[in-house]
Amino acid sequence: MFWYIVKRFLYVIPVMFGVLVLVFLMKLVMPGDPVTELLPLTATQEDRDALREELGLNDPIAVQFADYVWGIISRGDLGTSYKTKQPIMDELMQRFPITILLGLLSLIIGQIIANPLGLLAAVKQYSWMDSLIILFTIVGASLPNFWLALMMIMVFSVNLKWLPSMYNGTAASLIMPVIVSSFGAIAATTRGVRTSMLEMIREDYVRTARAKGQKELIVITRHAFRNALVPVVAGIGSALGLLLGGTLIVETVFAVPGVGKYVADAVTQRNFPAVQGGVVILSFAYTIINIIVDVAYTIVDPRLKTTFITQKQKGIFFWGRNLRGKVPAAAGKGGV
Amino acid sequence: MAKIMTPAMEKLIKKNRYNAAGVGSSGKEAWKRLRRNKTALFGMAIIIVLLLIGVFAPLIAPYSYFTQDYAATLQLPSAAHLFGTDNLGRDIFSRCIYGARYSLPIGILCVFIGLGFGGGLGVIAAYFGRKTDNVIMRVIDIIQAIPSTLICISLVAILGNGLIQLIIAIAAGTIPGMTRSCRAAIFMVKNNDYVESSKSIGVSNLMIMVRHLVPNAVGIIVINAANAVSGNILTVSALSYIGIGLVPPTPEWGAILSEGKVFISVAPHVVFFPGMMIAITVVAFNLFGNGLRDALDPRLK
Repeated sequence: MFWYIVKRFLYVIPVMFGVLVLVFLMKLVMPGDPVTELLPLTATQEDRDALREELGLNDPIAVQFADYVWGIISRGDLGTSYKTKQPIMDELMQRFPITILLGLLSLIIGQIIANPLGLLAAVKQYSWMDSLIILFTIVGASLPNFWLALMMIMVFSVNLKWLPSMYNGTAASLIMPVIVSSFGAIAATTRGVRTSMLEMIREDYVRTARAKGQKELIVITRHAFRNALVPVVAGIGSALGLLLGGTLIVETVFAVPGVGKYVADAVTQRNFPAVQGGVVILSFAYTIINIIVDVAYTIVDPRLKTTFITQKQKGIFFWGRNLRGKVPAAAGKGGV
Repeated sequence: MAKIMTPAMEKLIKKNRYNAAGVGSSGKEAWKRLRRNKTALFGMAIIIVLLLIGVFAPLIAPYSYFTQDYAATLQLPSAAHLFGTDNLGRDIFSRCIYGARYSLPIGILCVFIGLGFGGGLGVIAAYFGRKTDNVIMRVIDIIQAIPSTLICISLVAILGNGLIQLIIAIAAGTIPGMTRSCRAAIFMVKNNDYVESSKSIGVSNLMIMVRHLVPNAVGIIVINAANAVSGNILTVSALSYIGIGLVPPTPEWGAILSEGKVFISVAPHVVFFPGMMIAITVVAFNLFGNGLRDALDPRLK
C-alpha cells in the first residue's frame, strides 16, 4: 500500500511534464510577440533586442523549453503578465486561496445535500419522492450555471435584497457562488448515490441482515449505504474537475477574485502568459486532488483491484474518472 | 421444434435475448430496446423538434433576428413579442429560434468529431491492448489532467473568436472523454467468442474493429455521446456568455444572455428565455442519455 501511494504521487511528475509540454506548445503557436507586449511603445530597438535576449527568445526551442520547465521548478516562474507586468505566479497565488475555498465549500455542501437525497430516492424507489429527486437530478444537471447565477441574483439580490450580487469579501457574498457551483455536482452525485444504493440493496448481505432481524434503518445506513459510498468517493475527483472548470464561470458572474476569473479575464484581454499560468496551476491542483481521491479510495476499498475494475470498464459512472492505469492491474502497477 | 413454438413464445424469447456482455448490443437491437423506453423517446423527440426549429428558423420566427426597433426596446412578453424584446428592440423569441442553429448543432458536431478522433483511439487502445493501450492512455491522462473547460478556453484564446475556432476547441475538449468511454465499451465485448473466431479465420484487425466490436458496443458509446453533447451545449453557451465563444450579435443563446445581463433588474425576460432554451435542450439530451442507459443496462432493471 505504501509503495502504491508513493508511486501514485510520483505519477504527478510525468503528467505535469506532459501538461508543460502542451502548454509550451501553446506558447509557441500563440499570436503576439511578448517583447512588444511587455515593453512600452516608446522602447528603442536596443531595448527590444535586450529583452528578447533576456527572455531567451533567440535560443533554440529545446533550450527555451528546458528554461521554461526549470524556471517553474526552481523559482516558480510562470512568466510576466502582459497586463500588469507583474510575475504571474504572485498574482495567481493571491487568487488561489479563494478559489480553493469556493471549491471545497461547494464540494462539502454538495456532498451533504446529495448523499441523503440519493439514499432517499433509492430506498423509496418508484415512489413520488424518487421521481421528484430524479427529476431534480436531470434538471439540476441541465441548468447552465451562469443562468442559474443570474436568476439567483435577480431573485435574492435585485428583488429580495437579501444577498449581495457581487463578491465583497463577506461570508454572505459567498453563499450564492457556493450554491451555484455545487448545483451540478449535487445532481450528478445524487444520481450516483441512488444507482449505487439500488445495487447494494439487492446484495445478499443486506438480505441476510434483514433476515437476522436487524432494524431497517441500521440495514440501510450501516450495511447498504456504507458500501454504496465506495464508488461515490471515486466520483469526488470528477466532481472537483467540474467545480474547477465551473469556477471560471461562477467567479466571473459573481466577480469573485479567484484563479477562474483571472484566467477568464486573461483570455478576453489576450493576456496569453496568464492563461498558460492559470492552466498550469489549475491542472496541478486537479492532478494532486485526483491522486488524493484515488489513494483515499484504495484505502476505503481494497477490493478495488478486482471488483471495481469491471465498473470502470462499463464506463458508466467512471468515464472520465481517474482510476488510472492498465485495466487488470490498475492499483498494483501505480498506473505508469 | 419450430412447430411447437407459438408466436408469443418467440416474441418472449426475442424480448429477453441479451448478448453475453449484457450491455453492448447491435445497433438494431439497441434501437428496439430504446423504442420501449418512453423517457428516451421523449428526449429524442425534443431534440428532433429543436433541430427542425433550427433548420426552419426563417419560417417560424416572426421577426428577423437582427432587425432593431427603437420604438419597442426592453418590452415585456406580449402577443406581439412572445418573449419580449431586448435593449435594441430585437424580438427575443425570434433570436431564441435562430439560436437553435448554434449551440445544438455545434454540440452534436463536436461529439462526432470527438468520436472520430477520440473514439477511434479508444477502440484501437482497447483492441490492441498492451503497449498501444499504454501509450494512448498515458497521453490521454495528460490531456485529462487539464480540466476540459480550460482546454477549450485556452484553445479559443490561441485561435481567436469564431465559429470554426469554437468547434475545434470544443471538439478537442471532447476527445479524452470519448477515448476513455469507447475504450471501456470495447473492453466489454472484445473477449467474446466471435472476435476469437473472426481472428482465426483471418479477418483483418480493422474489419474486426469496425464490423464486430463497434456495432456490439454501440449502446454504451451512444449513452456517453449523448451525455457529452449536453456537456458541449453547456460549454458553448458558457463560453459565449463570458464573451469568448460566439460573440454578439450572433443569436447564440449564451450570447443573448450575455448581452441581456446588464438589464437584468429592468428586463429579466431577456435573460430568462434564452436560459430556458439551453436548459430544455440539455434536459432533452440528458433524458435521452438516461433513458438509453436504463434501456441498455440490465443492472438497473
